[in-house]
Amino acid sequence: MKQYELVVGLEVHVQLASRTKLFCACPTDGFGAEPNSRICPVCTAQPGSLPVLNRRAVELAYRAALALGGDLAGTSVFARKNYFYPDLPKAYQISQYDQPFCTGARLEIRVKDAAPRTIGITRIHLEEDAGKLLHEVGAIKLDGSLVDFNRAGVPLIEIVSEPQIRASDEAYAYLTALKEVVSAVGASRCDMEKGEMRCDANVSVRPAGSDKFGTRAEIKNLNSFKNVKDAIDYEFRRQVQLLESGGRVVQETRLWSAETAETRSMRSKEEAHDYRYFPDPDLVPLTADAAFVASLKSSLPELPSARRARFSAELGLSAYDAEVLTGSLALADYFEKAAAAAPKGAVKTVANLIGTEFLGKLNSEGVEIDEAPVKAEGVGGLAAMVADGTVSSKLAKDMFAKMWETGADPKTVLAQVGGGQISDDKQVRDWVRQAVAANPKAAEDLKGGKQAAIGALVGAVMKLSKGKANPGLVNKLIKEAVQS
Amino acid sequence: MSADWTRESAARIADAVRRGETSAEEVARAHLGRVETAEPTVRAFLAVLKDSALESARAVDAKRRAGRPLGALAGVPVALKDNLQLEGVETTCASRILKGHVAAYDATAVRRLKDADAVFLGKTNLDEFAMGSSTENSAFQKTTNPWDPARVPGGSSGGSAAAVAARMAPLALGSDTGGSIRQPASFCGVVGLKPTYGRVSRYGLIAFASSLDQIGPFSRTVEDAALALSVVGGHDPLDTTSADRPAPAVGAAPKDLKGLRVGLPREYFIEGLDPEIAAAVRAAVDVLKSLGATVREVSLPHSKYALAAYYIIAPSEASSNLARYDGIRYGFVDRSAASLEEVYEATRAAFGPEVKRRIMLGTYALSSGYYDAYYAKAQRVRTLVAGDFKAAFRDVDVIAAPATPTPPFRFGEKTDDPVAMYLSDVFTIPSNLAGNASISIPCGLSSSGLPLGLQLIADHFGEETLFRAARAFESARPFPSLNG
Repeated sequence: MKQYELVVGLEVHVQLASRTKLFCACPTDGFGAEPNSRICPVCTAQPGSLPVLNRRAVELAYRAALALGGDLAGTSVFARKNYFYPDLPKAYQISQYDQPFCTGARLEIRVKDAAPRTIGITRIHLEEDAGKLLHEVGAIKLDGSLVDFNRAGVPLIEIVSEPQIRASDEAYAYLTALKEVVSAVGASRCDMEKGEMRCDANVSVRPAGSDKFGTRAEIKNLNSFKNVKDAIDYEFRRQVQLLESGGRVVQETRLWSAETAETRSMRSKEEAHDYRYFPDPDLVPLTADAAFVASLKSSLPELPSARRARFSAELGLSAYDAEVLTGSLALADYFEKAAAAAPKGAVKTVANLIGTEFLGKLNSEGVEIDEAPVKAEGVGGLAAMVADGTVSSKLAKDMFAKMWETGADPKTVLAQVGGGQISDDKQVRDWVRQAVAANPKAAEDLKGGKQAAIGALVGAVMKLSKGKANPGLVNKLIKEAVQS
Repeated sequence: MSADWTRESAARIADAVRRGETSAEEVARAHLGRVETAEPTVRAFLAVLKDSALESARAVDAKRRAGRPLGALAGVPVALKDNLQLEGVETTCASRILKGHVAAYDATAVRRLKDADAVFLGKTNLDEFAMGSSTENSAFQKTTNPWDPARVPGGSSGGSAAAVAARMAPLALGSDTGGSIRQPASFCGVVGLKPTYGRVSRYGLIAFASSLDQIGPFSRTVEDAALALSVVGGHDPLDTTSADRPAPAVGAAPKDLKGLRVGLPREYFIEGLDPEIAAAVRAAVDVLKSLGATVREVSLPHSKYALAAYYIIAPSEASSNLARYDGIRYGFVDRSAASLEEVYEATRAAFGPEVKRRIMLGTYALSSGYYDAYYAKAQRVRTLVAGDFKAAFRDVDVIAAPATPTPPFRFGEKTDDPVAMYLSDVFTIPSNLAGNASISIPCGLSSSGLPLGLQLIADHFGEETLFRAARAFESARPFPSLNG
């Protein structure tokens, strides 16, 4: 069997986080609300009504585009996409066609241990959402269908990637990274369960090494990142099998079914709509004012990728730690706050405490960061104690558990567990002298270069100090003692 | 004996009501009485709002008695073309597809008339969806020309023009997409203003062709047209295409036309132009000259392509604008339909033949593969037509031209030949394509006693220039109003 390469492009719709719809003043909070409780003459297409562009939605769209490194068009144009469907009140969707507001964006993705890849984003355009058809109410199947226009006119951006994705894992990583960036700049909440982020996948295969694209199928109804990954995997197998058995892939739209874990044909290319796009005469072209764009640019928060790079470069974190600690905006903020409360040398300890103890507790107890009983300053304080030798790393872990339980600060907890490490030079030196005297063989071996011999000496000191001697200091002083 | 208020201008009525010389109720009753006499022959109204007219007239009178200031159109009866939304009143566009559609809101122009204390007398007949030049395309009734009941009133705003000509209302609103105010004004011997595109908000005007549609007044004096524009014009946040500048105030009557430069477009005096109209327009220009204006010939070389370009652009926009009449949310729906396809087919069968013709023309012109050859090319022609006017207005302040190529024609004369009907707007269409200001005023009677119209065209937002020229002409050559 030939080797095949997977080629995927993703079209992602993201709902902008504006309070009102794209072309009228109706609220966008209609999810789960009484049907048709968020409507007006404009979003139900009453005869004679006209759209008025929501500036806030444009601002959010621009923020997302800038965060994705896109070029904002000086002028972009709204176009009508004409087709009939009962959930589309005007029988056209106001979208953007040959003059979108953003082109040339990109997104860096990382799949586990592989080197990062940059996926091109061809274009981003603004458009309005359609309403929703209801075929049943609760468990009752309706005789006809009902339509709810709460969602009609809700602002969306469509983000169209280049066909540069080569694995289902990459598609998953692309969506993860996209959600991270778009939500980091406040453009969208990206809540998939509320339909705030939706994805269509264009999937094709070609013989490995070929530079021609195969015929693609567009996969719809992908309701989660996992659905996207599974559907791409399924579609890859289907298309390869088709080609291997002498068939050919036809250009069509296919629907993913999560229940049966397969795609099935929805409509062929011949049945595809001719949308008869033309510039919407009800809306003037959208111009991106240079000063406004500049002010937006300067107001963008640091993006996760930049933050990761800074965590590595400035704070000396490993790539792995930087990755873990920028997993969400809230976590990265928490870490920075904790690191600020600890001395510079304690950053690695802060990273360890948050990466293992803190995240472990969040996961096992299902708690959000802002409701965690241990505050960032507490982690910083605890790390400082480890750094100056007041407590050992092992003790710090126990203390963290206590802090989580009681909500107390590290000083209080330290007092409760009966004090910390002993780092008093004179006291430790005295214990070392006694240990060396009691274990001459081990001291001789260590002096002769047998490193393992140090264990017996450390053990003796710990016994003398009842486990409280600072292990770093103990090691250092034993080595000094045997050399002298 | 009291005055016959049906012979008075809107300005005179408003003044009399404000001063208490008469009451709004008396004025309304006078016009309703005139409706009873004239309407059986003219049939200008699709609905006469007798009760609500008297009710709002009494409200105006109560307001005056309470000492509150009255608006610019205090107690002035106004007829509204039935493509303007008046909340709570059936608005049909003279189409079966909107039979039973009750407006859910007020058009901005309607709202402004209400705020100026106008009284709505009724909704007037039109060609279905404003598509036509004789009002014969109404699904409901034929309106006759008050000057000759065997002839059409023009269209599409035939009902509004006829209502004002027959003294059933001193003021009416219409809409002009390719001449639908100026052509019927000319046919009915009244003043009809097509304001600059963007001068009057289109919010609540049921769209025919959005980039061309403009609301404007019918009246029997130029001053009344200016008065109406001062009320309905000006920026509206609900219409993005409305211009951000105030409507001109009604100025004083001009003493002469010294300094006014008048242009006569050579391309408008062509074969097919009725010789009596050519003579009447030239005589009118001589009057302007005698008032102090200078006259020169100008050229509008692309005018001959305007009609063709219009019949691509207007139907294209219409095909999209009229797609919302799908039987889902309002208006006519065939309840016997068993599937979605059948709902669409049965519902949209309710359109009349001219509307269907234009929807098909427009759908074709916007289709993939034909867009560049038709729609895009027509838009380029439009730019050239607008450029002609811009060039001409460097040399002249106002262009004088015929409003129509023929006097009012007989019923049925052009219904079998759409192109002959379309040619009726050949002199008015260029101003819609260019978006400039244009007015039709009566300039004489034909040998058979039919009204003839003079069209004056000014640059964008040149309404004050139009009013100055038209008012001077009007006082030099008073036009008879109809008796009976």
